[in-house]
Amino acid sequence: MNGSKGRPLAGAPAGRTDRSDAAGLGRGRAAGFVAPAMLLIVAFLLFPALWTVYLGLTDYQLTGFAAANPQVVGLENYDRALSDDRFSNSLVLTLQFVLGSAVLGQAVLGFAIAWLMRNRVGALRRTVEALVLLAWILPSSVITFLWIALLDRDGGTLNALLNTPGTAWLLEYPMVSIIVFNIWKGAAFSMMLYAAALGNVPPSHLETARLAGAGTFQQLRDVVFPRIKGHVLTNLLLISLWTFNDFTPFLLTAGGPENRTEIMPVFIYRIALESGELGFGAAISVLMLLINLVIALVYMRLLRQRKDAST
Amino acid sequence: MAAITTDRLTKVYPGGVRALDEIDLTVEDGEFFALLGPSGCGKTTLLRTVAGLEESSGGSLHIGDVDVTRTPPGSRDVAMVFQDYALFPHMTVAENVAYPLRIKKVARAKRTEKAAATAGELGLSDYLERRPGQLSGGQQQRVALARAMACHPSVFLFDEPLSNLDARMRLEARTFLKRLQRELGVTTVFVTHDQAEALALADRIAVMESGRIRQLGTPSEVFRRPANTFVASFIGSTPMNLLDGVVRPRGIEVAGELLPTPPEPAGRLVDGEKVVYGIRPEYLVHSPTAVPGSLAGEVRVVENLGHAQLVTLEGPAGFVQLVVDEDTPVALGDRGFAVPRQDRALVYRDGELVTSGDPTGLAAAGASGTA
Repeated sequence: MNGSKGRPLAGAPAGRTDRSDAAGLGRGRAAGFVAPAMLLIVAFLLFPALWTVYLGLTDYQLTGFAAANPQVVGLENYDRALSDDRFSNSLVLTLQFVLGSAVLGQAVLGFAIAWLMRNRVGALRRTVEALVLLAWILPSSVITFLWIALLDRDGGTLNALLNTPGTAWLLEYPMVSIIVFNIWKGAAFSMMLYAAALGNVPPSHLETARLAGAGTFQQLRDVVFPRIKGHVLTNLLLISLWTFNDFTPFLLTAGGPENRTEIMPVFIYRIALESGELGFGAAISVLMLLINLVIALVYMRLLRQRKDAST
Repeated sequence: MAAITTDRLTKVYPGGVRALDEIDLTVEDGEFFALLGPSGCGKTTLLRTVAGLEESSGGSLHIGDVDVTRTPPGSRDVAMVFQDYALFPHMTVAENVAYPLRIKKVARAKRTEKAAATAGELGLSDYLERRPGQLSGGQQQRVALARAMACHPSVFLFDEPLSNLDARMRLEARTFLKRLQRELGVTTVFVTHDQAEALALADRIAVMESGRIRQLGTPSEVFRRPANTFVASFIGSTPMNLLDGVVRPRGIEVAGELLPTPPEPAGRLVDGEKVVYGIRPEYLVHSPTAVPGSLAGEVRVVENLGHAQLVTLEGPAGFVQLVVDEDTPVALGDRGFAVPRQDRALVYRDGELVTSGDPTGLAAAGASGTA
């Protein structure tokens, strides 16, 4: 360890040493400071991830012979997943869920609220923001309970409001139910992000557009969106990933009826923990991780293109 | 091309702030008109109300013969150049200039041609494909001007047009703006807090304070005969000396010294009444020796103005500032005497200028009411 003395060697280019060792600790001591955090990351993040990859290659079960003595089966689990109708069904449902509730629902609703509230101050704005935020910060189990009460077939609030007695929303429209539920629950984040982004749009730019005679749509197209494109992409990335991995709908529908709301996290839970097929479940988890990575890469690429274009 | 007329135009913000208090104002067709005043005087609110970006709470506003009090900004046929120029960073210069035409659904070929022609008039032909971020401050301002000109509005509105430029560019841009306005002949209203800018550019100036117009007149009227002590202390690169005095039979007594009464208010003053004697630093002549009818004091500060020096005397009358030419040596601690030019001195009673009753140039000041 030639850098561990904590002082640049005579003759070493000073600028370079200063940059890589700003605190003057030396590599050894610096590593010592980082080590505890690294250990925790390895123990709770890296090891389970690698363990999942390993499990995905075995026929590990929760109970029975395979639990005591798992065998490596290679890519058999992946083969099985990719040819399984239930897997493809789950993938389609997940995409519907992400597109419907995150990309279209939360982002559009969040932006709409932020846009409508942009010039308002005082009680109205505070009330709207408080209500939207409340939906976001309440524990999932609590709001799920509220929604079960809302959508209940016999004494449900929604049926009373719409005067549609006896409609079992969670059975008749299960996918729509969880999509609307997730929009309602998650719009707050987009609203806050877009409210902050809109604060970055100079009022004079909007006013220039207004003076030219631009309507709302033209103002959004010509002034607002070019300005907040980066915020939009970041927002879509985050809410897509969160929604993709969201397990809360399970509390509402448990994946049913007839697997019609069996989105990916629910599917994995049912395979691995209800059916006890840990190996198969781990393999699907790895596939899900890959899909997450693809989503993230696409957004990152768009973001980078935008940065290149603006310089 | 159109005149702008306001009739008791009032703007009250939620919370009760009266930003505009029954403004009556006519900006003539083709005039270059300045709204001048300190921060918060309502000048920007007036400009934005003319633009339609603020809705008035009372009174009416006409552009030409059309009542536009309730017309949305896009239909008023006005163009505004903002302090920060408000150029769209993602559009090229050509696209920025053509933007109002695009909103008005002018065909692409025609608007490109029009934008190029307008940009060319302002010397921007070489920059059409650049983005605003690649231009200097002065160029950005010209792009903003070109965008305002592109659709031939009947009124231009400029918000602090020169304040984002550095000192050198500012002078250049000032001359450029004045020439451009002359050539285009479009009614132009601009807002500034810089009295020198207003004096240099405008055909007429409205000096505002707390939502009211305190004086309306040509630059020389406003500079030479400020209608009240507020305008007197606001206009001029060095503020006017305003000294408390008492009227005597032979002159005006300021701190024990009898100064000759200026000719204009001479017949209108009453013996023994308290007045304010106003004299600009430029109109005080320095004398190293005692002269009757002068203000005495010790030199406290000497500020070099390049072509002259601004000297602050401290004496019985308090601080008195005068401009001394560059060749006269003035040293700190010297005794100095300031002799007022009698024909340039002004007398204020209760904050308002005492005049001979000749309404020349002061009618507007009377109409705007007293504070």
